[in-house]
Amino acid sequence: MGRRVLSVLEPDHRSGPGLTRRTDWFPVLKLELEGITKRFGSLLANDHIDLVVEPGEIHSLLGENGAGKSTLMNVLYGLYNPTEGRILVDGKPVNFKGPGDAMDAGIGMVHQHFMLIPVFTVAENVALGNEATHAGGMLNLEETRRKIREISDKYGFHVDPDALVEDLPVGVQQRVEIIKALVRDAEVLILDEPTAVLTPQETDELIDIMAQLKANGTSIVFISHKLREVKAVSDLITVIRRGKVVGTAEPSASTAELASLMVGRAVSLTLDKEDATPGEKTFQVTDLKVTAANGHRVVDGVSFDVARGEVLAVAGVQGNGQTELTEAVLGLQDHVSGSIKLEGRELVGRSIKQVLAAGVGFVPEDRTVDGLVGPFTIAENMVLDMYDRPPYAKGLGMKPKVIADHARQKVEEFDVRTSGIESAVGTLSGGNQQKVVLARELSRSLKLFIASQPTRGLDVGSIEFVHKRIITERDNGTPVMIVSTELDEVAEIADRVAVMYQGTLMGIVPGDTSRDVLGLMMAGMSAEDAKAQPRTEHPMETGGPAGIDDRHDGPDDESGERGGDK
Amino acid sequence: MSAPVTSPQGQAPELDTVRDWKNPIIYAIFAVVGLVGFAFNAPGTTATFDISAGRDAVQLAPVVVPTVPVGWACALILIAIAVFSFLQTQAGRKDPRWMPIAYAIVFVVGFLVWVVGGANKTDVSLVGLLAGSVTMAVPLIFGSLSGVLSERVGVINIAIEGQLLAGAFAAAVAASISGNVYVGMLAAAIAGVLVSVVLAVFSIKYLVNQIIVGVVLNVLVSGLTGFLFSTVLSRDSATWNSPPSLPVIQIPVLEHIPILGGILFRQTIVGYLMYAAVIITYIGLFHTKWGLRVRSVGEHPKAADTLGIKVNFTRAHNVMLGGAVAGLGGSFFTLVSVSQFTKDMTAGQGYIALAAMIFGRWNPIWAFFAALLFGFATNLRFVLSILGTPVPGEFLAMLPYVVTIVAVAGLVGRSRPPAANGTPYIKG
Repeated sequence: MGRRVLSVLEPDHRSGPGLTRRTDWFPVLKLELEGITKRFGSLLANDHIDLVVEPGEIHSLLGENGAGKSTLMNVLYGLYNPTEGRILVDGKPVNFKGPGDAMDAGIGMVHQHFMLIPVFTVAENVALGNEATHAGGMLNLEETRRKIREISDKYGFHVDPDALVEDLPVGVQQRVEIIKALVRDAEVLILDEPTAVLTPQETDELIDIMAQLKANGTSIVFISHKLREVKAVSDLITVIRRGKVVGTAEPSASTAELASLMVGRAVSLTLDKEDATPGEKTFQVTDLKVTAANGHRVVDGVSFDVARGEVLAVAGVQGNGQTELTEAVLGLQDHVSGSIKLEGRELVGRSIKQVLAAGVGFVPEDRTVDGLVGPFTIAENMVLDMYDRPPYAKGLGMKPKVIADHARQKVEEFDVRTSGIESAVGTLSGGNQQKVVLARELSRSLKLFIASQPTRGLDVGSIEFVHKRIITERDNGTPVMIVSTELDEVAEIADRVAVMYQGTLMGIVPGDTSRDVLGLMMAGMSAEDAKAQPRTEHPMETGGPAGIDDRHDGPDDESGERGGDK
Repeated sequence: MSAPVTSPQGQAPELDTVRDWKNPIIYAIFAVVGLVGFAFNAPGTTATFDISAGRDAVQLAPVVVPTVPVGWACALILIAIAVFSFLQTQAGRKDPRWMPIAYAIVFVVGFLVWVVGGANKTDVSLVGLLAGSVTMAVPLIFGSLSGVLSERVGVINIAIEGQLLAGAFAAAVAASISGNVYVGMLAAAIAGVLVSVVLAVFSIKYLVNQIIVGVVLNVLVSGLTGFLFSTVLSRDSATWNSPPSLPVIQIPVLEHIPILGGILFRQTIVGYLMYAAVIITYIGLFHTKWGLRVRSVGEHPKAADTLGIKVNFTRAHNVMLGGAVAGLGGSFFTLVSVSQFTKDMTAGQGYIALAAMIFGRWNPIWAFFAALLFGFATNLRFVLSILGTPVPGEFLAMLPYVVTIVAVAGLVGRSRPPAANGTPYIKG
């Protein structure tokens, strides 16, 4: 599969406006954005953005989280009204009052968070808003099913029209979204961070689908912050930073060039770190089983250990039990069996307070919900785990001065950008919030450090910082366990990688294991089988080894809600 | 798509058994009640159930049952089900679906035989009891449909009570003044809409907590109608508060079917409208374009919005439609049940309707059956107080509410409301 994709995606094969493979009767849609500006209060999300999407091209929109890509696309899709600027379709200005108008004009969108109704079937989701009916408004789902089968067969989607959406894997849900756009005759398809929730294999399949769509004359706007993917699929790349277009590039541009364009400064492509010097294996998990409240066994017999001075990364697609695994260690899960031993002491069955006292530091995957109390000040958040003991408290009273001094020192040390330690944590940017969480968790002397999705939704600068602190903690001789859904992050900081799939470990492999093998393991193949697979020429390998490009995680919030694991 | 059956399907391949002892415990408690009451304290007489009414085509002989053997039989079946449920739970299996229904039927039979056998008058018309249940359930069904219509678009409707009461009041006044019951019904629907407009405006436009708006509306309608009742209606009740009654329409042929005819086909127009409303709402919600959009708005409003469906417009519309349905149901109180309005005459039926909606899992058909159950409990209370049973009246008055609590808290299980229920939709 990979080879075919590669040939289509070569820049030489770019199909210009005159060379599209559309049939003559098929209208050709050219989309232009002129000077689009969007303000939210004082925030300037888009600042005079110009963008031209030629018919039948794959145009990538590259930028960091918060650069304004999604805002721009929501303007284009009619969800937001632009403050200034205009949209032209085939040279004629249009005014989209809502997504309905955009769809009528031939624009379809696959949102980062799928706009599917979990309790509806595929057919009902596809029909919604575009229903085929019998007399009297009675639904004609048979007609919709027929269309779904038609498109599904044409592109090899393998989608069952009668499946409930909530039962489908994320990759299939995404295809349902694409079908939704195609039954509405979309000629421009906007894909907003489509790969954030996919396994590497699913990503390859998506790229294949994009190539087919392009061959059928559909233009695609591909939104991403992952340089590797952008280089692999694009005909043209527009880079956005802080709401402005800062440049356009051919896909042949180097990863480093694109990265510095996206971030606005030269960025180091790899993290400087010494090789790990693993010591004694002080953290041992044996045959751990966790049962969720609904009776599903979400962690099913997991065993591993972590040595002092090494980073073990738990990789896997969101929703395969990683969350429950870390929560079980901390004592946040109710139905746990097996053994979790830290320096010989059993942690299963202990209270969270006892676990923390045993020297476990924990960075939860959702910092705004589980890591911080938003309305509390930075100083208060810095001592959430130690507010009740000396030196921060004496008897029933807290010692505000000590707490404030502590906070000032940590803000300095962790480079938290804030107007003061009395600011509410909720007002900080994601990167600075994560620094507060890290500062708190790393200010105790730890015997185990666990970080779940430590860089999700952060900018490149913060990611570098977080990774450096994690490595520093490792070099201090602490066993470190991170959970990440991003292979690039895993490759960056892991000394060993445990791949989790449907509650079990597919194996534990060295940190320099290739993406292909990890990808196959994430899809449920054992480590041995994955290594034995013939090495395919992989479209995603063209970007070179793991670099700066997609070290940070895509979705800036809980993409897991689609995983349906909760 | 049929009923929104809840089946939490995660990705994990294997199911562990999280044992839930709730059901066997409930079964055991009521089995003990059955054993002590129906079996050991059986009155020793016979209970007579008349199953024919005068107008039936075929006259069936009354069923006469001895209380002691039937009491024992029922108690033993109850115990058997409880033990079976205990074993099932022990083995980590779920009870079969028919079990709560079978259990409830056996318990009710045992209870009826026991209570009728022990009454002063050991002869009761079963047809009358069931027909009365349907009649009692009419406002409940309208109320629960109002809840379904509103909550399916994501607006919590606590104001059913207020809508029913407003409908009852408006029907009484309008029918009295005009002398026409149909004008009264129309006025009732309009009054229900007016109440729901307030709910819609505050909860959709001003994003006020929907439960608070609902409760305030109930208090408001109660106060307003109570005030008008004491200042205007009771001064000159001949002008304001003596509405004509709706005639009972007997459907030819069908009404002569034994047992069923008397229960189903001797209703007022409001009763027949109730059947129509249930069927139309069900088909509308699950088999039309309108219903697909309505449900999408209640499940995932943002997804609906991205498909060009006007979320808040749909919500406002449905809430008002619900108000009209509940208001019409309110007319039952003053045009069918009693021919005058009295203060707070709905007496919490709106809340029972809410319970019926939840028990019925936001599905019109199931809500209909849930409301019938509550209607049966309500009617049983009246019938028993007429028979003169040994059970104190205060306990009988509790009956509908006890049934509600046991049904909703105990047997409804994990019920999944529309995902966006109670969440206002803010664009962007």
